[in-house]
Amino acid sequence: MNGYTDKATTAEGASRLGRCVFLLALAILVLAFGAPARAQLSIDITRGSLEPTAIAIMDFYGVTPEAEQFGQDIAEVVAADLERSGLFRPIDSRAFIQSPEEVRMNLRFADWKQVNAQALVVGEVEIQGDGRVKAEFRLWDVFAEEHMLGMVFATASDLWRRAAHKIADAIYERLTGESGYFDTRIVYVAETGPANERVKRLAIMDQDGANLHYLTDGEHLVLTPRFSTTAQEITYLLYLYGEPRVYLLNIDTGQQEVLGNFPGMTFAPRFSPDGNKVLLTFAEDGNSEIYEMDLRTRQIERLTYDAAIDTAPSYSPDGTRIVFESDRGGSQQIYVMEADGGNAHRISFDKGRYGTPVWSPRGDLIAFTKSHKGRFYIGVMDPEGEEERLLTQGFLVEGPSWAPNGRVLVFFRQNIGPGERQTELVTIDLTGYNERVPVTPTEASDPAWSPLIP
Amino acid sequence: MHVKWIGLFAALLFVAACTTATDETATTGGEGGVSTGDTGTTEIAATDFAGPVPGSPEDFMVNVGNSIYFDLDKSVLRSDARNTLDRQAEWLSRYPNKAISVEGHCDERGTREYNLALAERRAASVKSYLVALGVDGSRIRTISYGKERPYALGHNEAAWAQNRRGVTVVN
Repeated sequence: MNGYTDKATTAEGASRLGRCVFLLALAILVLAFGAPARAQLSIDITRGSLEPTAIAIMDFYGVTPEAEQFGQDIAEVVAADLERSGLFRPIDSRAFIQSPEEVRMNLRFADWKQVNAQALVVGEVEIQGDGRVKAEFRLWDVFAEEHMLGMVFATASDLWRRAAHKIADAIYERLTGESGYFDTRIVYVAETGPANERVKRLAIMDQDGANLHYLTDGEHLVLTPRFSTTAQEITYLLYLYGEPRVYLLNIDTGQQEVLGNFPGMTFAPRFSPDGNKVLLTFAEDGNSEIYEMDLRTRQIERLTYDAAIDTAPSYSPDGTRIVFESDRGGSQQIYVMEADGGNAHRISFDKGRYGTPVWSPRGDLIAFTKSHKGRFYIGVMDPEGEEERLLTQGFLVEGPSWAPNGRVLVFFRQNIGPGERQTELVTIDLTGYNERVPVTPTEASDPAWSPLIP
Repeated sequence: MHVKWIGLFAALLFVAACTTATDETATTGGEGGVSTGDTGTTEIAATDFAGPVPGSPEDFMVNVGNSIYFDLDKSVLRSDARNTLDRQAEWLSRYPNKAISVEGHCDERGTREYNLALAERRAASVKSYLVALGVDGSRIRTISYGKERPYALGHNEAAWAQNRRGVTVVN
C-alpha cells in the first residue's frame, strides 16, 4: 500500500543560469492509513467566490534548532501557497491551542474545532546524516476527525522551498481534487527605464516570487518568452544586434540558439505540447505567416497562406489543433485550424478585437486578450468560441498564460495612474476572482507559467 | 535612440539660431543646450555653424523628414506620408550610396504580437513605396518594433497618433 517513489535524483551541475531546476532528490513516501472510505472534507472549486477553507498549518516540529527553523520556514511557504490560491484561509498560529509538541503526543480535535479549523496540517523536519532535509506531514480532516494524507519529502537542504511547494501541491490536490501548481516557475520580461528607451531582460522566478534570476543582461530587447511543456527550455523573441528572431534557450546550460534560417523577422513562438516543435511567425514584405519548426529534424513547415496578419499561435493540448489570431476578416480575431493548417475558421464573434489566444492545458478553454471601446479584457471561451466569459479588465491587460492545472492565469497589466507601476504581473482564478500581483523587484510583463517541475 | 538625436538636434538648431542672431540670445541658447544633458554648448555651436552636412543623417532628418504617420490599425500610406516619402526618395536618389533602415512602430493600444506584425507591415509599405519611386530595394532594410519604442510618452490619442509611425534612418 505504501508507495515509495524515488524521483529524479542527480544534481551536480547547478547551472549558472537557473540553479533552481534540478537537483531535487525527492523521496516521496505516502503514508496511507487504511482507505478513507466515506466522504471527507473536499472543496468545490467550481463555484465563483467561495468562502476559503480555514486550514491550520502548524510549524513543522524539529528536534534541533536547525530542524525547527526549517520547520517554520516550510510551514510558512505552504501556508502562503495555499492562501494565494484563494481557496484556503490559513489560521493565525497565535490562535492555536495545541503546540507542535502536544500534537505529536496527543492530537485533540476539539482544540482545532474550537479555532474553526476545517483542516489541519502537522509536520516534522529532520536533518539527515548527509545534510538532506526530510519533511514529513499529515493532513487531518478536523470535523470528521480523520487522517486524509501523509507524505515524506527528502531534499537537498537548499531546495527546501521546492519540498514546501510539493507539500502545498499535495494538500491542494487532496482537498480540491485538482492537480496543484505551486512547484512551478514563471518566466517574464523585467522592465526598467523610460518607455521610449525601455530595457527588457528575461527573468525567471518561482511561482511565489522566490529564487529570481535574470537570464539576459538587457543589452538586447527581448519579448514574449514561452516555456517548454516538457524541458527546461524557453523560446522567445530577441533583437540580437537589431535583428528580431526567435531563439531557444536551455535554462540549465545557458545555451542559446536562433531557430531557423529565416531571411526576416520571426516572432510569437510557442512550444508544442510534446515539446518537440515550436510554432512561430515569419514576417516578410508586410505579410506574417505561421510556421512550425521540428526541433529534432530542424524541418520547417508553413501552416498559413493568407495575405493578412496570421500570428500568436497556440496548440491544443492534444496537439491536433492550433488557435491563432488573424485580421484576414478585416480586424484582429481568433481562429482555430487543424495542426496541418487546414480548416481555419473564426471563433471570436462578439464585439471588439481579440488576440493572444492560448489553449488551456486541460483543453476545455481558450484564454485571450480582448479590446473594445478603449478597454482591454482577459477572457476565456470554449474552443468553439462559445461561452465567452471576461475575467478582468483595465486600461491594458494582456497576454494570459495558464498555470499547468488550467485553474489560474497569469497576465500583465499596464497602469497609467501617477505613481503606479507602469507594468506588473497579475494572477487570477479562472472564476475571475482572487486577483493577485506577484512581487517582482522591477516592472514586469509577458509572463509565462512553467509546467510542474519534474 | 533616434529620439535622443532628434532632441539633440533640436537643441543644436536652437543654439545655432540664437548664436547667429545676437550675443545676448546666444547666452539664452546656451541654456537651451544645457537642458539636453551634459553636452557642452560651445561644442554644439562649433559643429553647427555650417548647418547639417549635405547627405548626412542630420541633413535627411532636418531637410527631408524621417517620420511618417499612420491611421489606427492601418498600414496604408496617407497623402501627408506620401509627400514625405517622395522627398525621401528624391534625397536617396541624390545620395545613391546611402542605405536606410525603415522602422515600423505602433501605438500602445494593441497586443504585443499583433503590433509586431502590424509594424512590420507598416515598414514594408514604406519600403515598397520607396522602391516604386526607384529606390533600390537592397538599400532598404526594414525592422518592426511593434509598440516597444514609442516617441510620445502620453497615454492619449495625441500621443498614440505620433507613435503610429514609420521612421527612416540613414545608416
